[in-house]
Amino acid sequence: MYNFEFEKPGTLADAVAAMSADEAQALGGGQTLIPTLKQRLASPSVLVSLSGIGEMQGICMGDQGEMCIGGSSTHASVAAASGYRALSALAGQIGDPAVRARGTIGGSLANNDPSACYPAAALASGATIKTNAREIAADDYFEGMFATALDEGEIITEVRFPVPEIAHYEKFVQPASRFALVGVFVAKFKDGVRVAVTGASEEGVFRWSEAEAALSANFAAEALDGLTVDAEGMIGDLHGSKEYRAHLVNVITKRAVKAAA
Amino acid sequence: MSKITMTVNGKAASGDVEGRTLLSSFLREDLFLTGTHIGCDTSQCGACVVHVNGVAVKSCTMLAAEADGAEISTIEGQAAPDGTLNTIQQAFQDHHGLQCGFCTPGMVMSAAALLKENPKPTEAEVRHYLEGNICRCTGYHNIVKAILAASGQEIPAIAAE
Repeated sequence: MYNFEFEKPGTLADAVAAMSADEAQALGGGQTLIPTLKQRLASPSVLVSLSGIGEMQGICMGDQGEMCIGGSSTHASVAAASGYRALSALAGQIGDPAVRARGTIGGSLANNDPSACYPAAALASGATIKTNAREIAADDYFEGMFATALDEGEIITEVRFPVPEIAHYEKFVQPASRFALVGVFVAKFKDGVRVAVTGASEEGVFRWSEAEAALSANFAAEALDGLTVDAEGMIGDLHGSKEYRAHLVNVITKRAVKAAA
Repeated sequence: MSKITMTVNGKAASGDVEGRTLLSSFLREDLFLTGTHIGCDTSQCGACVVHVNGVAVKSCTMLAAEADGAEISTIEGQAAPDGTLNTIQQAFQDHHGLQCGFCTPGMVMSAAALLKENPKPTEAEVRHYLEGNICRCTGYHNIVKAILAASGQEIPAIAAE
């Protein structure tokens, strides 16, 4: 690892100030960033820990029945929360217990790994990503592999999840990394169904609109018969070809619908 | 360099660390607690698991500075001062839950965290909880037996036997 200064502000205002330094980098739980630093794939001048900020901790239910999760909440704390079962189940499947004890929801969403689980939940739920500066709708937030609408130095302070009538996250695990080879989050709201797919596309998480239309008309696995996604643009690597991932998207979506219904 | 202070196995410990110093490095190289092993250094193997404020974490994937002020338990703090093994360690010995022993510190620390949170886990729950602890001697079978025994349960005839 290249060396860096370490700062651990106690308030959001101090964190925002610290992030204005040249080459400053926010540190959530570090479960992706620290391995990245070890590989010398990043060389921040200062690492700003977000773990000591009280106003970014805690999980509660909001006025409109949405689940509000502080940006520094760990996967373990989301897994243990009540109020949005499919989301807690998703959090409980990330990595392993030690990773869940450190990794945070804000860190995961800021990183936007194309195979991470949380982006699928945020996009399918129509979540709102709240930062120190503004609120960003999930539909406007994800901008491709490892790319988001966050500006330089912007910090995710809270994520608000509307709770669907029924929902389920189905994850086809890549057994060595425990990331999703393909993961599908299906969320049925009063006004329609949202389907978000992670792990599959080179563009990162995406909404599968054909499946959303079919499921909004008939929330049953059979409604997906015959629907396909184009293999072009899917991730092809040693774990699975583009065609394999495209095929899995339909299979895993069906499983998610069956489990949710 | 900044000064950090923590409680390690019940004793105060302090030192000067760089921003990049890992908790695992601080424990091993500054405090000479070399029971915490570095197996992969890529956050996968779990040989470096310690407890930070009672929670199991991979000490190779946490900065020492993040642990400033924390209560740390390592494998060295598990046995009684006279060397008497704790229940989990004794069960690992009784059930031959180790072969080369390299993964054992992490396995024991993960097992302790599991049993604190779930005192009577099923075999499936034990295996699920150990997903982040890799044993390359393929010793999982006896490790699972040892943890079930340490929880005071009958050891069922477990899969693959």
